[in-house]
Amino acid sequence: MKLWDLSGHRLRNLLDQGELSAQELVEAFLTRQQNTEPALHAFVTTTGPQALAAAKEIDNARARGEKPGALAGIPMALKDNICTAGIKTTCSSKMLANYVPPYDATVVKSLRQAGSILTGKTNMDEFAMGSSTENSAFYPTRNPWDTSRVPGGSSGGSAAAVAAGQAVFALGSDTGGSIRQPAAFCSIVGFKPSYGRVSRFGLVAFASSLDQIGCFTKDVTDCAAVLNVICGRDEFDPTSVSAPVPDYSKFIGREIKGLRIGLPREFLQEGIQPAVREAILQAAQTFENLGAVVEETSLPKMKYAPAVYYVIAPAEASSNLGRFDGVRYGFRVPTSDLDSLYKKTRSQGFGPEVRRRIMIGTYVLTADNYKNLYQRAQQVRTLIIEEFEQAFSRYDLLLTPTSPAVPFKLGEKMDDPLQMYLMDVCTIPANLAGLPAISIPAGFSAGLPVGMQLMAKPWAEGTLLQAAYSFEQATDYHQRRPAIASGGVVGE
Amino acid sequence: MAIITKSELGKIAELAQLELSPDEENILTRQLGEILAFSQQLHEVDTEGVAPTVSVLDQTNVWRSDEVVNWLNQDQALAQAQEVKEGCFKVPRIMEKK
Repeated sequence: MKLWDLSGHRLRNLLDQGELSAQELVEAFLTRQQNTEPALHAFVTTTGPQALAAAKEIDNARARGEKPGALAGIPMALKDNICTAGIKTTCSSKMLANYVPPYDATVVKSLRQAGSILTGKTNMDEFAMGSSTENSAFYPTRNPWDTSRVPGGSSGGSAAAVAAGQAVFALGSDTGGSIRQPAAFCSIVGFKPSYGRVSRFGLVAFASSLDQIGCFTKDVTDCAAVLNVICGRDEFDPTSVSAPVPDYSKFIGREIKGLRIGLPREFLQEGIQPAVREAILQAAQTFENLGAVVEETSLPKMKYAPAVYYVIAPAEASSNLGRFDGVRYGFRVPTSDLDSLYKKTRSQGFGPEVRRRIMIGTYVLTADNYKNLYQRAQQVRTLIIEEFEQAFSRYDLLLTPTSPAVPFKLGEKMDDPLQMYLMDVCTIPANLAGLPAISIPAGFSAGLPVGMQLMAKPWAEGTLLQAAYSFEQATDYHQRRPAIASGGVVGE
Repeated sequence: MAIITKSELGKIAELAQLELSPDEENILTRQLGEILAFSQQLHEVDTEGVAPTVSVLDQTNVWRSDEVVNWLNQDQALAQAQEVKEGCFKVPRIMEKK
C-alpha cells in the first residue's frame, strides 16, 4: 500500500516511531494531489508551499522533544466555505472568487493547534447548494471511483480528495446531507455531528438552523480523532453548546451486544434503488450477527422532510445571502446608482442554483406565503422532531441508506432541480431534528459505492462511532480504494 | 394551474435584488412552480396547535462578557472591499444632487 492509502492513525504510528517525517508524508500527499487533480478537480486552491513549511515546523518541534498535537503532521483538506486566514475562501462562487478571509474559522484554529497540515481548499456546489458539486462556478469535481460520475455534494471536493488519497481527512459542512451523501458516493466515512456540537464561527452561512461542520475520513477511528479536535463550545458561536465533549476514541472497540437498532421502512420504499436496499438489509443482518437487536419500524412523517427542507433552507439562505451586495467584500459590478449596483452584483455574482434558492426563499417569506408555507414547514418540522424523539425512546440508533441511489453521471440531473433535491431524501431528516448521523461504506453495486446511514439522538455521537466501528470491523468495504492511478488514468 | 405567475416572479426578484433575463424568467416560472407544487404536500399534515420550530436548541439569550479583545484593525476590515475612501466603504451616491 502507498502512504496515501493509509488511514490517519496508521500514519500517526509511523510518525511516532520515527519511520516517517511529516515532510515526507506531506510531500507524498502533495505528489498524489498533483497526479490525480487533473482527473478529479477536487480542489479550488492548493497550498503546497505552506504545507511543506508547516511540516518542517512539526518535524523540528518533534526533534526538540515537544509533545506533538493529536493530528501532528497529518495532511487535511477543507471545504472552501470554511474561512482560512490569508488563503482564498471562495464558496466555489464568482461572488467570492477572490475573497481572502482575515481570520481562521474556529475549527481551523483548533486543527492547526492539533498540528494538522492544510493541503488545500476543496471544490463544492456554490454556497453549498447542490448534491453533485456540478453547481461549482469553476468546474465540477469527479468521482474517483468512476470519473464520468459525480462525487456527490455539496462537499464533493472534500469527499473525492479523501477517497483519492489527496488528504488524510477533510472537513465539510452538512445542511441537508452535504457531508453524508458525498461520503457515501465516494465510499468513505462522513460524520455530521449534533447541531451545536461544533462551532460554525467562520463557516459561510447557508441555512443557519441546519448547517453543521463535520468530517470525512477513511475509517471510523480517524473520525473519532478528528471529532475530538473540532467538537466543543466556542464563545464566538452562540449556538455551540457547552455540554461536555467525551473522548470519542473511547467508543472505538466497544461491543454492541444488545444495542437496539430501528430500521424505518419509509427509507427502504419506492425511490430507493434495489441494490441500495439490498445493501442496507445486508447491513442489518451484520448488526444482528454482532449482537444488536434490529427491528423494522415506521416513521410516517419522514416523507414530508424534503418539502419542509426546501421551504426552510431557501428561506434562511435568502436571508443569509443578503450580505453579498458588492459593498464590503466580494464581487462588484460598478454602476452609477446603488440600487443597480446591488442588482447587477448579485445577478452576475451568483450562479443559477443560488439565484433559484434565493427566489424560493424570498417567495416563502413574503407576507402572503409566510403563514401558509414557511410557518407550516416549521410546524411540520416540530412533528418530525417529535417522531424522532419517540423512535429514540425505543431505539439507540436508526439505520437507513445514505442516498437512494449510487453515484449518477455528470449532467444527468442538472436540468431537473426537483429530482436533484430528492437525492437528499434520506439525509435531510437528521438536519431538521439536529441529530448526529454518520455515513459509512456498506457495499458496492457494479463497482459503485453504496453508503449506509446511522442516526442517533442528539449528543449520542459516541454510540454512532461504536456501532459504525463494529460494522467496519466486520466488513472490508472501507479498505477498498478507487483504482484512480497517478496521472488520472482509471484502472490501475 | 400556474402556482406562480410571471408578474409575481418579477416582484420576488425585485425583493431579492436580482435581475432576471427573459429566458431565466421562463425557466424560473416553471421550476419554481414545480418546487412550490411539491411543497403543497405540507397541507396534508394536521398542524393545528403545533408550535413552529425555529431552532432545535433550547436556547434563549446567550451572553458573554463585554470585554475588548484584539480583532481586525480598520485596514484588515476594509481590505476585501472593491472601493474604499477615507477609511469607509464607498458606494455610488444615494442622495440627489441639489
